[in-house]
Amino acid sequence: MSLPPLVEPAAELTVDEVRRYSRHLIIPDVGMAGQKRLKNARVLCVGAGGLGSPALMYLAAAGVGTLGVIDFDVVDESNLQRQIIHGQSDVGRPKAESAAASIKEINPLVNVIIHNESLSNDNVMEIFSGYDLIVDGTDNFATRYMVNDAAVLLGKPYVWGSIYRFDGQASVFWAEHGPCYRCLYPEPPPPGMVPSCAEGGVLGVLCASVGSIQVTEAIKLLTGTGEPLVGRLMIYDALEMTYRQVKVRKDPECPLCGKNPTITELIDYDAFCGAVSDEAQQAAAGSTISVGELKDMQDKGENIFLIDVREPNEYEILSIPGATLIPKGEFLNGSALERLPQDKKIVLHCKSGVRSAEVLAIVKNAGFADAVHVGGGVLAWQKQIDPSLPTY
Amino acid sequence: MSTVVRIPTILRTYTGGAAEVPGEGATLREVLAKLDADYPGIGARILDESGKIRRFVNVYVGDEDVRFADGLDTATPTGSQISVIPAVAGG
Repeated sequence: MSLPPLVEPAAELTVDEVRRYSRHLIIPDVGMAGQKRLKNARVLCVGAGGLGSPALMYLAAAGVGTLGVIDFDVVDESNLQRQIIHGQSDVGRPKAESAAASIKEINPLVNVIIHNESLSNDNVMEIFSGYDLIVDGTDNFATRYMVNDAAVLLGKPYVWGSIYRFDGQASVFWAEHGPCYRCLYPEPPPPGMVPSCAEGGVLGVLCASVGSIQVTEAIKLLTGTGEPLVGRLMIYDALEMTYRQVKVRKDPECPLCGKNPTITELIDYDAFCGAVSDEAQQAAAGSTISVGELKDMQDKGENIFLIDVREPNEYEILSIPGATLIPKGEFLNGSALERLPQDKKIVLHCKSGVRSAEVLAIVKNAGFADAVHVGGGVLAWQKQIDPSLPTY
Repeated sequence: MSTVVRIPTILRTYTGGAAEVPGEGATLREVLAKLDADYPGIGARILDESGKIRRFVNVYVGDEDVRFADGLDTATPTGSQISVIPAVAGG
């Protein structure tokens, strides 16, 4: 299936532009017409992080006339392993501004629009309406469903990519011509079931592999070139170095783009995706202690059993003294419960307090009624109790 | 029938790190039951409490999403490749 170009060509290319884009212009499938379309194109990249970094840099170099960058976050040192649009001197700077500066350095002809804010139900429709195409580089399910829904409601193509450790997925969702994200994944996983990159890690260069697929697809859609990745899911496995694809069908029962849609406006995405599961929230209510309280308990020699529910690799980076490592998975499959002492108070912690809340629900269900978890996890311990420890 | 099951990264803790394991069964339901017998716990990550495929996990026989075929009753002929593809949101 080929599709007509998304964007009308600009009136002309200047002499400077012809010189800059000459390697595009001599490709017959792009040519002057294609490059003029790119010049006229308005592309928004949601997130200037792992996927947004290579996406924005290549979109800028390719000569996309207007590039929007939306990100509310600031550059952190732990971003630099993969977010190559930012550099060491950008640490602490808003990502949208840092990204805009890099784009200007790569290609001063690009008109960059900085949205230094968080994408929300209040602004997503207005912001999206100014663009022809949306590239998604966000890192959470709530934003992805919001981006999808807004794109469908506005009739915009949505170039989607997602990464985890060594695995990447990419597709183009465009309800007018094929399926949307909800056709592929009708519902998000319950919180805590699928780890984020902050919890599970990601190979830095994987961002380039998936981000470059996204830019390729964006350019093809803008210029009407080739076979777009509509109705197909590309699955990249870096460990095996394989690309496989599967069909993505438009779901006639899709609540958003199906025959009888029940979602006709934006919904509450935090509630849809759940920040923390209900069980975990209930378990944590009244059973959350601070790192200061944990330190007090340890100093007073209280009879506690401190359990770190993170993964071994995370434990190696830093851990709270006295903690026993029992990864969350062992609670999920039940094998951890027999290792818990009956005569000590169970204290759980993880990186930031989400996973330990999930485990707390399991432990309490198993009869350890006085178990607690540590709010803020090992990151709070590092910040408040022992800043000499490394962080991640 | 003898098949191959592709395991995504996040479920490889169950298969000792293996990305691909042999599968056995005439239908997807049988293949998944055998998979859970071989690798206890993995079934619950793919199927919910009522035995349906979880809504954020897609299972493909070949390149077809079984949601649009016969679901768990989808035939798994000898040599077919079964892929489990969970939603991930990293970026």
